[in-house]
Amino acid sequence: MIHVFAFYLFATLCIFSGAVTILARNPVHSVLWLILAFFNAAGLMVLVGAEFIAMLLVIVYVGAVAVLFLFVVMMLDIDFAELRAGFVKNFPLGLALAVVLFVELFVGLIVRGAGSVALGKADGSAAQAADASNIEAIGALLYSRYLFLFEAAGIVLLVAMIGAIVLTHRQRTGVRGQSIAKQNARRPEEATVNLQPEVGKGVQL
Amino acid sequence: MIGIEHYLVVSSTLFVLGVLGIFLNRKNVIIILMAIELILLSVNLNLVAFSAFLHDLVGQVFAMFVLTVAAGEAAIGLAILVIYFRGRGTIAVDDVNRMKG
Repeated sequence: MIHVFAFYLFATLCIFSGAVTILARNPVHSVLWLILAFFNAAGLMVLVGAEFIAMLLVIVYVGAVAVLFLFVVMMLDIDFAELRAGFVKNFPLGLALAVVLFVELFVGLIVRGAGSVALGKADGSAAQAADASNIEAIGALLYSRYLFLFEAAGIVLLVAMIGAIVLTHRQRTGVRGQSIAKQNARRPEEATVNLQPEVGKGVQL
Repeated sequence: MIGIEHYLVVSSTLFVLGVLGIFLNRKNVIIILMAIELILLSVNLNLVAFSAFLHDLVGQVFAMFVLTVAAGEAAIGLAILVIYFRGRGTIAVDDVNRMKG
């Protein structure tokens, strides 16, 4: 009973906060509602026993991605009212498309419920052992059969990191920085000149 | 009892909300990125639900990879957004036509 109640609570909150995310006037509010949507999706995942993915979702999204969004939204000085100009104009088309998509997905669900589509059976080679916890079972799978995919994911993250740094890094011009090598290479002979100018005449350097 | 259909309804609703968000906020690329995150979240929810109800952990492993790609995509997208804003002073994306021949 509590399971059913928790599911409906999480599902309702998740869908509601997802809707407010795309409808909110202020992008900062959007980010905060997105965080709530992710929290509730993590709750839904915990309900079916996928604790590891749920915690990963909270750590990665709430801890990193959402903060990144907040950072960018607050850093850029943007007139958001102007960006909402086409909102009402786009609404009918967007809603029509969304309804069509939703009906299609729902028809698929009904067809599946009627038993017309047979799902393949899992071969049981990746089933969670009865005595193993979720994170233990995922680790055993991830570090053996999916080791190379796991490392490929690491490379994807590395490339994303390098890409983001290369894109946003900028070389400032017109800034007088200190060059240690240039300072050390400087010798007195080329830096100073001895002159004996005649009286009343200037010095040409 | 909660079956896989319940999860599929939630995840398809979230997916549709994400698509709708892209259409509604066509100018604001930050909201578009957030809508893409919503879509990826619904895909993850779908993968995890199938993984749990079919008793096969591969779905959860794959959801982790989707999460990786989503994080990388958000980082790159926001970086592009920042340099675009630096150059143009706005992030209205519906008139990005500089590379039009």
